Amino acid sequence: MLMDDLPVLPVLLPLIAAPIAVLLPNGRAAGAWATLIAWLSFYLAMQLTSIVATAGTVEYAMGGWASPLGILYRVDLAGAIVMTLVAGMASVTFPYAMSSSAAEIVPSQSKAFFAMFLICFSGLMGVVATGDAFNVFVFLEISSLSTYTLVALGAKRDRRALTAAFNYLVLGTIGATFFVIGLGLLYQVTGTLNMIDIHEKVQAAEEDYGRVVRAGYAFIMTGLALKLAMFPLHRWLPNAYTFAPSSVTAFLASTSTKVAIYAMLRFLFTVFGFSFGFADVALAVFLILGLVGMFSGSLIAIFRRDVKMILAYSSVAQIGYMLLGISFATVDGVGAALVHVVNHAVMKATLFLAVGAVFFSLGSHRLSAYKGLGKTMPVTTAVIIVGGLSLIGVPLTNGFISKWALVGAAYDSVLAVPSLAIVLMIVASSLLAVAYVGRIVWAMLLEDPVPGVQAKPVPALMMVPMVLMALLCLYLGVNADGLVDLCRQAAEVLLDSGLGYGGVR
Amino acid sequence: MIPFIPGDFNPAYLLCIAGILAALSPSKTGRGIIGLIGIGLGLLQLRSLGVGQMDSAIYYGVMEIAGYEFIPLRMDKLSVIFATIFHIAALINVIYGWSHATRLESSMGLIYAGSAIGGALAGDLLTLFSFWELAAISSVFIVWAGGTHAAFKAGMRYLVVQVLSGLTLLAGIVLHLSRGGSSEFGKFTLMGEAGVDPVAALILFAFGLKAAFPLLHTWLQDSYPKATPVGAVLLSAFTTKLAIYTLVRGFEGTGILIPIGCVMTAFPVFFALIENDLRKVLSYSLNNQLGFMVCAIGIGGPLAINGAAGHAFVHIIYKALLFMGMGAVVVRVGTAKATELGGLHKSMPWTTVFTIIGAMSISAFPLFSGFVAKSMITLAAAEAHMLFAYLVLLFASAGVLEHSGIKIPYFAFFAHDRFAPSVTGRERPKEAPRPMLIAMGIAAFLCLAVGFYPPILYGLLPYETDYHAYTFEHVATQMQLLMFAILAFMLLVKYKLYPDEVRSTNLDVDWLWRVPGRRLVEWGVPTVARLWHLIWNNLRALNVLVVRGLTMVHGPGGRLSRSLSVGLSAGSTGIVLAIVLILTFLN
Repeated sequence: MLMDDLPVLPVLLPLIAAPIAVLLPNGRAAGAWATLIAWLSFYLAMQLTSIVATAGTVEYAMGGWASPLGILYRVDLAGAIVMTLVAGMASVTFPYAMSSSAAEIVPSQSKAFFAMFLICFSGLMGVVATGDAFNVFVFLEISSLSTYTLVALGAKRDRRALTAAFNYLVLGTIGATFFVIGLGLLYQVTGTLNMIDIHEKVQAAEEDYGRVVRAGYAFIMTGLALKLAMFPLHRWLPNAYTFAPSSVTAFLASTSTKVAIYAMLRFLFTVFGFSFGFADVALAVFLILGLVGMFSGSLIAIFRRDVKMILAYSSVAQIGYMLLGISFATVDGVGAALVHVVNHAVMKATLFLAVGAVFFSLGSHRLSAYKGLGKTMPVTTAVIIVGGLSLIGVPLTNGFISKWALVGAAYDSVLAVPSLAIVLMIVASSLLAVAYVGRIVWAMLLEDPVPGVQAKPVPALMMVPMVLMALLCLYLGVNADGLVDLCRQAAEVLLDSGLGYGGVR
Repeated sequence: MIPFIPGDFNPAYLLCIAGILAALSPSKTGRGIIGLIGIGLGLLQLRSLGVGQMDSAIYYGVMEIAGYEFIPLRMDKLSVIFATIFHIAALINVIYGWSHATRLESSMGLIYAGSAIGGALAGDLLTLFSFWELAAISSVFIVWAGGTHAAFKAGMRYLVVQVLSGLTLLAGIVLHLSRGGSSEFGKFTLMGEAGVDPVAALILFAFGLKAAFPLLHTWLQDSYPKATPVGAVLLSAFTTKLAIYTLVRGFEGTGILIPIGCVMTAFPVFFALIENDLRKVLSYSLNNQLGFMVCAIGIGGPLAINGAAGHAFVHIIYKALLFMGMGAVVVRVGTAKATELGGLHKSMPWTTVFTIIGAMSISAFPLFSGFVAKSMITLAAAEAHMLFAYLVLLFASAGVLEHSGIKIPYFAFFAHDRFAPSVTGRERPKEAPRPMLIAMGIAAFLCLAVGFYPPILYGLLPYETDYHAYTFEHVATQMQLLMFAILAFMLLVKYKLYPDEVRSTNLDVDWLWRVPGRRLVEWGVPTVARLWHLIWNNLRALNVLVVRGLTMVHGPGGRLSRSLSVGLSAGSTGIVLAIVLILTFLN
């Protein structure tokens, strides 16, 4: 019975828990509550993954209404992986937030902060779990709206958080609007919202209403591309990440764009599939803009003087890698993109958690504050170095594994661009990562500390999660077989499930 | 089995260990004794390892590492005859250098000999390569031990050639292995169905460099005469003969070797005739003797291979004997230039006798060792109906007699008596030191022993043989050749037509890279440097430009990193949507 509800439980649990958090006496209790819920959800998501990995895709009809009329929850392996990832990140960042939010958030708002956090978490889980196209929109908006609030809560330390949140609100809403317009167009020609149902009917509708389907496709792709911060639709991301509270940045950077990537995969492969000639447009766009984003993001990161900003732009570049993997449209390519989704989440969480720790101690995330950090905060420095090396893709870190998978996939794929050129570009943009990570490491290790600045000790609640994440970076870099195999299987399911197409092996 | 030494221990290591110990030993006698013990143990170990027939070799210490099969020891008749003669040469060298070898020479000489033995016994390609390089590196010290600046520079040139040979060999081996070739060192096919096989050609080039093929030979005449008297004897024995061994093993019956061998055996005759430095004459004659062997390898077949191996065997002994004789002269007089020698037989009778024995051996007089082996090669050429090769070999045999058989002893020990007390005002030079005489005596004895009783040699040859050197036909042919050659020499000297010994430097093909080649390098280095500076400066300027450009676009406030107003951001989103829409509809 409990196990039967497994696909919905990790989604509903935080949603129901959020109002309760507001009712709790103080921020600390709300934080503990949220942490508990996150851990529970993480446990459930793991259970779900293990079931999906062995027994295949799980379906759950909401309220007992059979599909296509009712809302169907449908979790395949790719979804289960992303759900586990999101829940895992939540269970690491929530306890961290208990300490960090005390310094960064107005105390009276901290209960609401955790409630928003839970809602955001629930929304992200929902996007992944649902098999209903409109439900995707609903959950996307649940998570987005709560994210705007979360970003704006950073205003206690920096008023620019408000403009960042407003900017994000406008752009995010535009994206959501595009998305829902696209859904509306599809609904108009198919009369259904169930993804599988849309897929089946859209094939037939395409002959009569080709234009509508095409317009729907373009709107949905653009809307989701904005949500996942594809270059040049990434403008909302750097400021939002920079000015949000540390724990929020860590959580968002590791989950929200990843979930949007997942939604993109879902619509690209499950809803539309590759029977349409125009499906290649998205791949071409991803290939070109992914490559441009890889370089542009890294280049901007090199010139930035704010560590959070550097890492935010680096995220834009890293999303380029994922889009590149998807654009190959092969099992290996999509598998590599999924591997990078997980690995990038882990390494970015590591880095943003460490940056939050520095912000907690020194009150700044400007590069000048990082001078001589190796002497004053050795553990945090070590964590940042591990995360930075992962970002570059040095062997024995998880970044190497995803780049390796990506390069392998690029070699095996047949593209308009010679695959060797793509491989060289991946290597070149990794060198750019050396430059921006190098600047941070240089400041930390080779420059003298600013005299007279006293670093506050980092509390254990912040230290443990970030060290844990750093160790995970190393572990996934050494023992990567499990993850790579899992992601490959997930990609096979995505490409091969009979929903999309036969998959170019 | 020798106590304390494992049953499958490589004799090469015994010599190398002896070489290292000799380097640590302060006294000359100590070094000599260590050398003798090392070589003695090596010989015993070689015997106890046993000998396999040509097609059923005995292997020791085979082990597989990462899919590559190492065969440190392969004992068959071919490898053992070379290992044996290398031991004998090392032994003679130790005795010869008993009182005159420097510490460097005696230690490096042992390691050098050991690496030649290791190379001959190596069953796989990488082991061969290791010993090939070790031989190159250890021997260059012996050239350098000559002590003069000329010796140093010659040593550098020698090293360049030897290392080039090693690298070429390595390249060939790697290519051979990467296309799935066997790791065992066996026969290569130069001319495949698809024309010349580049891998085999690379390996042949590496072997040919060491074997001093024509045009690749100049390192030999360049470096050997510049070594010390002891060093030259050492050098003459190992490097080229190791190369001959590898050629026999890898390129037996490869047709191209016949013309190479013919050229190789004929052209040094002319250089040797006009050369003044008698040790350089010996170097040319060494080249000429190698030509016989290369020719035999090209002919192929049991008789020719027997001839090549047998010739290498006897050649090492008599060539060492001749170098020892000239070395003794250098030790006593200080020079080996024909224009400054003469009449030494009066005070150096034993050296004279031994040198003449060496000279008669190299000239292949019946009853001397050269006859026994060389006739096999000429007979093989005749049996294969290679008239041209046969004639060239005959011509070269006559040439050998001229320059090594007659010229060396004649000008060094007879001719004008330049050391009479009435001329110099000093006593005549003394007889060679005793250890040198003993070494020469052993070598001379071996020359005569093989000459008088050829079965000593025939038992060692790779293939079973029922060859008889002393048939009427062989002896008569050889004697006619020799007599007419001597007659020619007499007549030439009598009518003063024989090229006078003059102090001169004779140009060989090495002039090509020592003069125009040097100019090219002297011109090339600054030109390349200038070009590089030009490129580098431009690159730097470009780099500055790129960084500046990137800063403009991506730096803080740059076009791509500026925080846009909400309206502009929203507008750009609309543009992207429009583009995607257009693309979708166009498709």
